[in-house]
Amino acid sequence: MNHRSSIEINTEWDIVAARQLGRNEAKSTGFGTVDQARITTAISELARNIYLYAGKGKIEIEPVRVGTRAGLIITASDEGPGIADLQKVMEDGFTTSGGLGAGMPGVKRLMDDFRVETEVGVGTTITATKWLH
Amino acid sequence: MPQEAGEQYKQMLKNFLHSQGEKDLYLGQQFSRSFIDKNIAPEDVISIHKNSIEELIKDLPSDVSVSFDFLIEMMIHYGLALQEHQSLIRKQEAIQMEMDIAVRMQNTLLQTATPEAKGLDIGWISKPAKQMNGDYVYFLNETSNEVCMAVADIIGKGMSAAMHMSMVKFGMDSLRYEKRDPSEVLSFINKMIEQSISDSMFISMFYGKYHADTATFRYSSAGHEPALFYSAAEKKFSLLESKGLLLGVKEEAVYEERGVQLEEDDFIVIMTDGVSETRTEEGFIEMDVIEDLLLDVKTENAQAMVDYLFNELSKMQDYKLRDDFTLVILKKTK
Repeated sequence: MNHRSSIEINTEWDIVAARQLGRNEAKSTGFGTVDQARITTAISELARNIYLYAGKGKIEIEPVRVGTRAGLIITASDEGPGIADLQKVMEDGFTTSGGLGAGMPGVKRLMDDFRVETEVGVGTTITATKWLH
Repeated sequence: MPQEAGEQYKQMLKNFLHSQGEKDLYLGQQFSRSFIDKNIAPEDVISIHKNSIEELIKDLPSDVSVSFDFLIEMMIHYGLALQEHQSLIRKQEAIQMEMDIAVRMQNTLLQTATPEAKGLDIGWISKPAKQMNGDYVYFLNETSNEVCMAVADIIGKGMSAAMHMSMVKFGMDSLRYEKRDPSEVLSFINKMIEQSISDSMFISMFYGKYHADTATFRYSSAGHEPALFYSAAEKKFSLLESKGLLLGVKEEAVYEERGVQLEEDDFIVIMTDGVSETRTEEGFIEMDVIEDLLLDVKTENAQAMVDYLFNELSKMQDYKLRDDFTLVILKKTK
């Protein structure tokens, strides 16, 4: 029953499409209004990062069920420049002070699980999961 | 999200809708503290409000109801900013704790005991303006006849200054049994600092050695404030100056050494610029202010003189030290 939906990010308007898809999936998974907004914001930030720093990439959204737990996995991947100093990017105050939005720590806080794989010159894949409580 | 808090909120909102009075607003505001204590995010508060109002007003226009979804969206970043703020505060507390440990360690590493010397009364004080002290006082009872003292000021402040000061201390300690003259000690420390301290770090130091049997004080200075010498017989002050570059500027620097003979009730005042450059509302104080203060208490013991000068000078600057403050007074007794 698991289906994975995917949105290519090429223009700023694709961010809106990714948000829409995420909100719909969050709703049908059973998340309440506030968590829908959190998941959507996380998708929005990840998509914006792709748009701003990699130029293009994609957002995938997949509902999961592990035992009795249901959730939503968001995967953001690009073949952009990669992140040289991941520790710095994950630090509070690093991105937000530059006015770039919630940044990576924000996405991490909005979701329950958060994982980054990145290589300079190769690209970045971020996987974030939100569980229904 | 705690169900209970939602129920309480609904009841309070209901009371307010009924009374529209200040009392219910006050209760609501007090109640908001419990939301903060329970880490309920701003967007959750809006959601609780939305649910409550929908239950309290059955025929709420759907546009109004949906407008809260917009408000929830608006609040997500506020919630994140709040969490980030809290996490930065925790981080700052951790840094403060490390700082406190560093200060304690500095105090332990750099503590020095006031030596006993025949015919010489010694008083001193060294107060940091901030947490870490960039000034340093060092005493060494070399033999029963000789007492050495150094007053140093690191140009550059804070944590790194304090760490470098430890190095200076251990440098001087290593000369402990060698009975070197002041100029030799400064040359040695200068070489050590020149080799191992970054280019932007300089230290000024006044180094003196008192010989009890002859009652003479030999001294050298590495770009330090001149010391003040008071002759009781002549009833006047003079400066103890000595030529020498700051430590760490040039490897082959040479330090002049001079001496002064002490008679009973004469005293020497060694200080850092935190004393001589005391700033008041009107600007820097003049040296004669310090001299006048010293004359007020010239019959007291050395420590009482030091304490008096410190109190008076800190009073002049509203008890807020702008720079590290270090003062040593050596007074010739019988």
